[in-house]
Amino acid sequence: MPVISARGLRKSYGDLVVLDGVDLDVERGQVLALLGPNGAGKTTIVRILSTLLAPDAGTARVAGHDVLSDPTRVRAAISLTGQDVALDDLLTGEENMRLMARLAHLPRAEVRSRSAELLEQFGLTDAARRLVRTYSGGMRRRLDLAVSLLGRPQVLFLDEPTTGLDPRSRNELWDVIRGVVAAGATVLLTTQYLEEADQLADRVAVIDHGRIIAQGTADELKTAVGSAHVELVLRDGTVQRLATDGSVADVRRLLGDVELRRLDVAGWQVRTPTLDDVFLTLTTSRPALAAATPGEH
Amino acid sequence: MAALTLERMPSVPALATRLRDTTALIGRSVRRSTRQTDTLLISVLLPVMILLMFVYVFGGAIDSGQTSYVDFVVPGIIILTAGYGASSTAVDVANDVHGGIVDRFRSMPIRPTGVLTGHVVASLLRNAVSAALVIGVALLIGFDAAASFGAWVAALGIIAAYVLAMSWIAVAIGLVASGPEAASGFTFGMLFIPYVSSAFVPVASMPAVLAAIGAWNPVTPIADMVRNLLLGASVPASTVLAAVAWCTGLLVVGLTASSLLFRRRR
Repeated sequence: MPVISARGLRKSYGDLVVLDGVDLDVERGQVLALLGPNGAGKTTIVRILSTLLAPDAGTARVAGHDVLSDPTRVRAAISLTGQDVALDDLLTGEENMRLMARLAHLPRAEVRSRSAELLEQFGLTDAARRLVRTYSGGMRRRLDLAVSLLGRPQVLFLDEPTTGLDPRSRNELWDVIRGVVAAGATVLLTTQYLEEADQLADRVAVIDHGRIIAQGTADELKTAVGSAHVELVLRDGTVQRLATDGSVADVRRLLGDVELRRLDVAGWQVRTPTLDDVFLTLTTSRPALAAATPGEH
Repeated sequence: MAALTLERMPSVPALATRLRDTTALIGRSVRRSTRQTDTLLISVLLPVMILLMFVYVFGGAIDSGQTSYVDFVVPGIIILTAGYGASSTAVDVANDVHGGIVDRFRSMPIRPTGVLTGHVVASLLRNAVSAALVIGVALLIGFDAAASFGAWVAALGIIAAYVLAMSWIAVAIGLVASGPEAASGFTFGMLFIPYVSSAFVPVASMPAVLAAIGAWNPVTPIADMVRNLLLGASVPASTVLAAVAWCTGLLVVGLTASSLLFRRRR
């Protein structure tokens, strides 16, 4: 049975339809990435599943409990790390951990030990006694994630966990998230970056205008939008795209062809699909995609 | 894996749990108060400076009748202080709801309104410190308190009720404001209300229109009640009734508005 399961979620604000019938399933121990641009409805889904928001229609169960009729049980099983870092700037890292540990109802004896253990695990022991307002962006995100693990949640919601981080902090956070996943948590994360979904997720659901327009593994999605290609810009300004598997041999063969055909090339590059490509492809209807979109009727 | 799927410990009776949650959140708010040294200094020292200013600068020119001006003005200063305290409460609440921390509390198995209670209790404590300081300095400069123990308790009780009501109204302002700066701006009104009351000058000395406003100002019966109690004078039953009714009414308004706004704000 899936740990997270949603059927027909709808939400509108006045005339603005934010969610237009969303179905989701995440199995135990799986990582699902909700991939989509700003305003696609990712955060709304997370807020509904984490009991912060009631949908206009539809049902959702998380960790075996209904989010609408039994929110307290759901809350006891989940943790939410939102886009805004949910820490108290005027407390130290350690004080934040201990406060949240108490509120997560850890046994008294465990409050200190578990806080210290997680601070250590997230490389924050040296900064533990400093006020959080002196922390860098990457440190805040790490502490935020550490706090969310205090209650040993079965299900983690990570809403754009690395947005606004520099590449190094992003990589550090990815490592931390991988560790959490390896320990067996079920994770639903939202992201605007295909690369992030690729790095972390078992399955990816692409969302646009409140609808899931494709679901599958990252590889399936990339294959669906066409794999890597060699892009040639000719002197007359036209652009040609040649599909490739991205291997050295294949690229050399393609460029050999180009030379034989005596094309007047001004520039060329190997391009791998980006989120833009995924969207362009998915939003211009392609029948081949039907196979990758179960649950869409 | 095993660690992550462990059941949580069985829940102790709900009330005890809620009490522990609220205690933790009160601890958080109090700790925040001690860290905001600039705000703390202002909310603790400013009332003392205002006391000194009123007594030594304006006091000589104000006719407070038979009562010496320092005896007259102490309740007013304490009430005015509640207004300053309200501003930092509103800002703290606005900060919380506009950051992510309230969402985190809401997604935890606790009653998230505890975060508001935490700010209100911290506000009561800050006000207690500044009121103690004001009374201490007033005693040094000649405040002639002649109250019995019971009268002190009654006076401090009605002040606490007023501060409590103002704190919950500040919470509602913090919830409705579009951000911390706006919250701070809104509470400005609370600083001016005490001036058009019997807190600093006898209402009878004001022009007719202001005197009418002053007579109906909730601060007037509260200031009168505290003043009479501290000076060992008798308090008319109507004044007590008005003071208690105003505090209760304002508290109900503040609490209701806060709980509605907190629920609505998603």
